[in-house]
Amino acid sequence: MRFMLLFSRQGKLRLQKWYLATADKDKKKMVRELMQVVLARKPKMCSFLEWRDLKVVYKRYASLYFCCAIEGQDNELITLELIHRYVELLDKYFGSVCELDIIFNFEKAYFILDEFVMGGEIQDTSKKSVLKAIEQADLLQEEDESPRSVLEEMGLA
Amino acid sequence: MFTNVCFCLGLKMVQVAEGCPKHSVLICVLFISGKSKEAEIKRINKELANIRSKFKGDKALDGYSKKKYVCKLLFIFLLGHDIDFGHMEAVNLLSSNRYTEKQIGYLFISVLVNSNSELIRLINNAIKNDLASRNPTFMGLALHCIANVGSREMAEAFAGEIPKILVAGDTMDSVKQSAALCLLRLYRTSPDLVPMGDWTSRVVHLLNDQHLGVVTAATSLITTLAQKNPEEFKTSVSLAVSRLSRIVTSASTDLQDYTYYFVPAPWLSVKLLRLLQCYPPPEDPAVRGRLTECLETILNKAQEPPKSKKVQHSNAKNAVLFEAISLIIHHDSEPNLLVRACNQLGQFLQHRETNLRYLALESMCTLASSEFSHEAVKTHIETVINALKTERDVSVRQRAVDLLYAMCDRSNAQQIVAEMLNYLETADYSIREEIVLKVAILAEKYAVDYTWYVDTILNLIRIAGDYVSEEVWYRVIQIVINRDDVQGYAAKTVFEALQAPACHENLVKVGGYILGEFGNLIAGDPRSSPLIQFNLLHSKFHLCSVPTRALLLSTYIKFVNLFPEIKTTIQDVLRSDSQLKNADVELQQRAVEYLRLSTIASTDILATVLEEMPPFPERESSILAKLKKKKGPGTVTDLEEIKKERSSDMNGSAEPASVNASAVSTPSPSADLLGLGAAPVTNSAPPPSSSGSLLVDVFSDSASAVAPLAPGSDDNFASPDLASSEVVSEEPADTVHDADELFHKFVCKNNGVLFENQLLQIGLKSEFRQNLGRMFIFYGNKTSTQFLNFTPTVICSDDLQSSLNLQTKPVDPTVDGGAQVQQVVNIECVSDFMEAPILNIQFRYGGTFQNLSVKLPITLNKFFQPTEMSSQDFFQRWKQLSNPKQEVQNIFKAKHPMDAEITKAKIIGFGSALLEEVDPNPANFVGAGIIHTKTTQIGCLLRLEPNLQAQMYRLTLRTSKEAVSQRLCELLSEQF
Repeated sequence: MRFMLLFSRQGKLRLQKWYLATADKDKKKMVRELMQVVLARKPKMCSFLEWRDLKVVYKRYASLYFCCAIEGQDNELITLELIHRYVELLDKYFGSVCELDIIFNFEKAYFILDEFVMGGEIQDTSKKSVLKAIEQADLLQEEDESPRSVLEEMGLA
Repeated sequence: MFTNVCFCLGLKMVQVAEGCPKHSVLICVLFISGKSKEAEIKRINKELANIRSKFKGDKALDGYSKKKYVCKLLFIFLLGHDIDFGHMEAVNLLSSNRYTEKQIGYLFISVLVNSNSELIRLINNAIKNDLASRNPTFMGLALHCIANVGSREMAEAFAGEIPKILVAGDTMDSVKQSAALCLLRLYRTSPDLVPMGDWTSRVVHLLNDQHLGVVTAATSLITTLAQKNPEEFKTSVSLAVSRLSRIVTSASTDLQDYTYYFVPAPWLSVKLLRLLQCYPPPEDPAVRGRLTECLETILNKAQEPPKSKKVQHSNAKNAVLFEAISLIIHHDSEPNLLVRACNQLGQFLQHRETNLRYLALESMCTLASSEFSHEAVKTHIETVINALKTERDVSVRQRAVDLLYAMCDRSNAQQIVAEMLNYLETADYSIREEIVLKVAILAEKYAVDYTWYVDTILNLIRIAGDYVSEEVWYRVIQIVINRDDVQGYAAKTVFEALQAPACHENLVKVGGYILGEFGNLIAGDPRSSPLIQFNLLHSKFHLCSVPTRALLLSTYIKFVNLFPEIKTTIQDVLRSDSQLKNADVELQQRAVEYLRLSTIASTDILATVLEEMPPFPERESSILAKLKKKKGPGTVTDLEEIKKERSSDMNGSAEPASVNASAVSTPSPSADLLGLGAAPVTNSAPPPSSSGSLLVDVFSDSASAVAPLAPGSDDNFASPDLASSEVVSEEPADTVHDADELFHKFVCKNNGVLFENQLLQIGLKSEFRQNLGRMFIFYGNKTSTQFLNFTPTVICSDDLQSSLNLQTKPVDPTVDGGAQVQQVVNIECVSDFMEAPILNIQFRYGGTFQNLSVKLPITLNKFFQPTEMSSQDFFQRWKQLSNPKQEVQNIFKAKHPMDAEITKAKIIGFGSALLEEVDPNPANFVGAGIIHTKTTQIGCLLRLEPNLQAQMYRLTLRTSKEAVSQRLCELLSEQF
């Protein structure tokens, strides 16, 4: 996988993960271009499209688009299920996840993704293993300090 | 519940009661109420200023506050704003012992740090400490950070360390998984820095690991490594087969959490099948049998009723199925499996899931190219044609067009072309041009009867005239000119088509050209007498653009020769004010010159000058080249390329607009592409290009077009003196010295004289290894006077900058008389590239300012590493690269004596290995090598077939990347 993007129906980027070093300027351009393409597509259309020299696999969950760019040889359907598995993980962790969870607990969304996918390849497909890793990290955090969400910390600024 | 009144980024927050019931989340007014962008930016700038002052303040911040502010910066960055500070604070967090602080530090670095050398050293230190900590959580964070940044510096620091962690006996499973993928990432960016060694065999055995997560991660790593080092990882094949076999035969509950919606370990299955695609079918019959069983089981399972109605179940199951089919196609050896795969895909073609229909069409495209399944694919033609008519999604229709194109052969070409033409009438604008190209190619390729071909192309122009590019109508003209059996029919057909009250301008062009050449063939019929033909064409004249009018004027002068009886009518037209005083110089010039020519030249001279066009030399169809281009990567640059190439790479010179400035100034219309330039010599091909204008490039095959380097081609290699005599420029100019010959000379060698004039000599010495290189440039002052303000600069275009990294040190601005200064250029090839950098040199000599530029011969082939392989391996790979996008071919005339030894030396100098006894024909040359760039390695195969009788070569390049094939072919073609 080359990169993964999460963005909203309104075209706000919520999460971006690049698995190949890309210049900031190019990143911005690609994100803008790809959002435009994907948002313009109708609901019943197929989830795959050719874009530049990549294949794009996307799926919409409520107001959020999950969008992966993969290479020509990669398997589209399994990528589609990779997206689904990630959503399941988020859902399990946050308890019916919504866009706001991802906005305000963005660091968690990143950590979960990191535990799940690394260097563009899936690291562990077991839901249990991934969540266990995250929970362990959370435990460490509690040892560190009483838990405060990022938002609360920001609120105290 | 809402308890807090928060201020986020200094903004007032309001609570949103519904929408997010489970969190008492307070949300910035800004995000919800859609306050103006300006207000948001203002707030954020204020907050940034605040954080900046905290970081700069006298009071040292504690870890907690540091974390808080770094986290805020991240948040702001993720909102889409630029962050240019805080990196140092984030790095400090890495050395914290508190997990959350460390974690945020790493996150910030992963998201925001590019390879900034100062910081990287500090970051690397922190990572080193964490890797050594033996604390699995910290090790995990560190490995993630390496994988996320993945820069070369990181690879340098850790590529040796990570394999040790990966294979150490006491490493925890989760760390092993991270280490495997981290190594994979480093290998992708800097393969040269990951040393192969003992660890590789132990990594292969991870395929047997108990922990499926470890196996999954290891399979990804092995697949990536095996693609480049197949020998090293050969043992993985049997292990992968037995693992796969255990998975596909397991019950859905056996694998516990690794079963996904009743499908056992779908990700791992897909990855194992991918790994097997790096290899030919297993040689060991037992392994091979077991694999065939697996593939059959997977195909059988597709027929079983679903275990769940959920789309996830069918997606996961079909993901494995499609990957299995890819493997079957890759092996291309079991006719039975191929036909079963084809039938399975046939079922999917009518599935209600759009996704499956899309994938089935895509997968069938590759199946169509196998000899075993081509016929089976063809049986689905009606379904595919139906898809073209009924699919609502343009991307699916696009796949259907691709498949029709792939399954087309002589037996169904008429039907497919007719259906494509039908579809073209209503096709989406975005794919029309591509369909036009495909129709044009198929019509030409499978034309038994050229009248059908001519009809098809004229239909194309009628239906989608705007999308018929120049390549397409040039091609029809080339074919008509080269085949005398179709000329009369073509003249008749265009004449009829032109009768339509509104016809596309492209038709006028084709009509004008063809009637100009072959109008005489239909002039006997009173309904298409010369005058009627002329009047018909001239009735369109005023509606056409300038280039078309220019073409029509040439048609008129051709008519003067063909039909002396209407000469006066034509002269009257040429003489009219609207022609002779036309505001457009080109039109005016043509009118003046043609009028004059028709008045003063004797019929003999006219007949010679305006003779019928000689046949065009056969080359690869330019349309095919264009289609290959179109489907290739980087569409923007490609468009540019196509534009550029329009003027230089046409096989036929039918382009009327390419009469350039120098040609216009010549007294005779010698550069007129209608063939007038070719006329003064005999009627044989190839036409010489006397004008030295664009035509030089157009007919770069012809001997006279390219000034040969030297009479003896071996000079091409060794003689710097010769090089020095080539470009003698008396006045240093400010344009690039077009010393292309010299430039090409360096393609196959690294040292020599690049440039020389009366003042200055530039010599080069260079060495390349993998994706790196170093070039020494020597500037010699040939005079006895000092050069002052001597400043050489290496300039890369924007495109080039991203793919080629060049570092130079300035040189001493004073060069004494007779002295030589040296400059070093360090070169890193990041990705494949087309152009060459420019070396610009400015200095003052005796009070005059000198400015000159030469192309620096850093070409893609310099990053070749030769690869030796057996004949069997070679042809296996050759076959794998059979996609038309991967192959580029050029047929060209020998520019030097065809000496086998010299040719061999050149291929080796080019950088690839010269493979002996590979090609069944000993006269042919075969080479193989790998182009190393920072980002990827591209395997390249080449084959050069000399034809001594015709004094021609055919050069074929196959690589996994089209642009690379193209570039290498261009570079190497210039060498012989």
